[in-house]
Amino acid sequence: MKLINKVLTGVALTAMTATAAQASTLEDVRAADELKCIVTTGLAGFAAPDANGRWEGFDADFCRAVAAAVLGDGDKVQFVPTTGKTRFTMLNSGEGDILFRNTTETLSRDADLKLSFLPVNFYDGQGFMVPASLGVSSATELDGASVCIQTGTTTELNLADYFRTNGISYEPVPIETNEEGFTNYVAGRCDVYTTDASGLASTRAKFDDPTQHVVLPEIISKEPLGGAVRHGDDEWFDIGKWVVNALINAEEMGVTQANAMNLAANVGNNPSINRLVGSEGNMGEMLGLDAKWAARAIAQGGNYGEIYERNVGPNTPLQIERGLNALWNKGGVLYAAPIR
Amino acid sequence: MSTPTPSTNPLLRAWYDKETRSIIVQIIAAALILSFFAYIINNAVVNLAAIGKDISFNFLWQNASYDINQHLIEYSSTSNHFTAMIVGLINTLLVAAAGIVLATMLGFMLGVMRLSNNWLTQKIAYVYIEYVRNVPVLLHILLLHGLIINALPRPKGSYNFGDTFFLNNRGFQMPSPEFQSLFWIVGAFVVAGIAFAWWFSRHAQKVQDETGKAYPVAMINIAAIVLLPFAVYFVLGSPIEWDVPALKGFNFKGGIVVRPEFIALWLALSFYTAAFIGEIVRAGIVAINHGQTEAAQALGISNSRTLKLVVIPQALRVIIPPLTSQYLNLAKNSSLALAIGYMDIVATIGGISLNQTGREMECMLIVMAIYLAISLLISTVMNWYNNRIQLVER
Repeated sequence: MKLINKVLTGVALTAMTATAAQASTLEDVRAADELKCIVTTGLAGFAAPDANGRWEGFDADFCRAVAAAVLGDGDKVQFVPTTGKTRFTMLNSGEGDILFRNTTETLSRDADLKLSFLPVNFYDGQGFMVPASLGVSSATELDGASVCIQTGTTTELNLADYFRTNGISYEPVPIETNEEGFTNYVAGRCDVYTTDASGLASTRAKFDDPTQHVVLPEIISKEPLGGAVRHGDDEWFDIGKWVVNALINAEEMGVTQANAMNLAANVGNNPSINRLVGSEGNMGEMLGLDAKWAARAIAQGGNYGEIYERNVGPNTPLQIERGLNALWNKGGVLYAAPIR
Repeated sequence: MSTPTPSTNPLLRAWYDKETRSIIVQIIAAALILSFFAYIINNAVVNLAAIGKDISFNFLWQNASYDINQHLIEYSSTSNHFTAMIVGLINTLLVAAAGIVLATMLGFMLGVMRLSNNWLTQKIAYVYIEYVRNVPVLLHILLLHGLIINALPRPKGSYNFGDTFFLNNRGFQMPSPEFQSLFWIVGAFVVAGIAFAWWFSRHAQKVQDETGKAYPVAMINIAAIVLLPFAVYFVLGSPIEWDVPALKGFNFKGGIVVRPEFIALWLALSFYTAAFIGEIVRAGIVAINHGQTEAAQALGISNSRTLKLVVIPQALRVIIPPLTSQYLNLAKNSSLALAIGYMDIVATIGGISLNQTGREMECMLIVMAIYLAISLLISTVMNWYNNRIQLVER
């Protein structure tokens, strides 16, 4: 009978773990003392392991900011690399707690794939890159070209729409990862590589001589990229949403990686800053976190502007100007809701 | 030695009875297996419901919105997911069928080479088989694809075969036929030729059995199926127009293109499976007692007829069952197409459609059902053939 008892307990425990996944994500993350963050398999500037195996990039820094806010340590992140095809399944099946994988927010992903999108952290658009030697200056001259395209992305659908609208033909060459696309493009299997303009900049930076390749002027889609969480856990969604908002607000208020913790330690004269860094009010408590959540997130990798400049800005190999991604009062469209 | 004392407890008595015990054990095993499946199915349903997803196949009738490069039926981004699935299915069947044909031919050749008395021939087959079958097929696929797209020239520098066929890293371009209205007459002659050949083979066999007189069957049949339709074709003034590919802009336009992805997958699957088939064929031939060959030779039957009439019919009985497994492997391995972007069933409905609609469960069920159907079909055909060649005992 003892054996049977053990077996029954085992079965009951397995059944419980299956339901435990439905519990609060915040509790799960705290219990594991680790944030499982879904990122790309490797896109320089956004998320890619460096020479020492440490994940670096724009998306990786957002993962660390969330970990710093929730767990108090930005290094408590387990990066889960995914392809464009596996990312949502991984998130929905609980293999990751949050997703920062240059992912476009769309209606069908929100409503049908059951994702909740965090505020947009990168405004992008789909572009084309071709070898300069082809002498092409516009995407409308691409009739009959072979186009390398990552499957499972919105770019794949935009591409079909764009060529159909313009009545020109093309041969899609489907690829799984950015790396594979690079290989096929270099080998000349395709004439054109298409993905988000930021991804093109990242890929172009990898060439020995980037000037041999041109990014065509046409931007054929709107690609608002942002993080995402599963449907059904509003508290966790709020945490992700306000970490992103906090980083953008921090840039606006001049709170930086260097001064965030100092500002948090002393009550200053600016109530907005005080609320952000937690020296005044109980913003963190409302989110189910502690007072210094945002201060830690900012101290981890800097405010939005610092993250941008370090990973993808004009002084990096990607050389992407701020453009739309500048603050609303500096000519861009970044306009984060206030923390109050 | 102690014999178990007969118990008065009816339950224990039932347990000690061999037949009852076996029934009890089977019931318990079946219950365990069923409850396991009930648990995982329930788990999937509960977890899908928890994130607000239902199971529905309605997405199949929505617009697919993506393009597929190799489609043998009409397809565009305005077609629905169901059509995309059919396109993928046809691509899977195409590469599986082409692979089975080539693998069988190469395999039989390798099997015979392995048994050759010629040292070089035998060693070449030996080295080939040992190398190819000990390297994972995925690596063969990636290697061949890499070779094709890197080593072959780009479209502008294509290898040109008489301005009609072109080979480059976008594939092999060849002319496609456009049948004119009179072509049906040629087609009718081909069908009639096949019917005649079928009748004539049986007739010739009968005549040979009765009188011992042998007709040149092969020659006459080839004339009926090939030469006569050709003659008719020219008499009618060549009612096919060829759409010859020509370089326009980035790529060749017109004609048919066999893409590098197809070539790499097809060749890699064939080369790989051929190595296994070679060993199966060798085993089949070796299994036939050498005494039979000697007996046939003693009767003055030539070497080739000995092989054809004595060895191969018997060897086939040994070869067919394991050969079926190899065909099944090849068909299933074709799903590795994913690695190089060949748009098979896994890449279409199980890949892009799955991802764009978020219907993981449904798409995976469809893909599994289709592979199951393909495998069962292959098994059925091979079993039918196996039964046909079995020794008929009189």
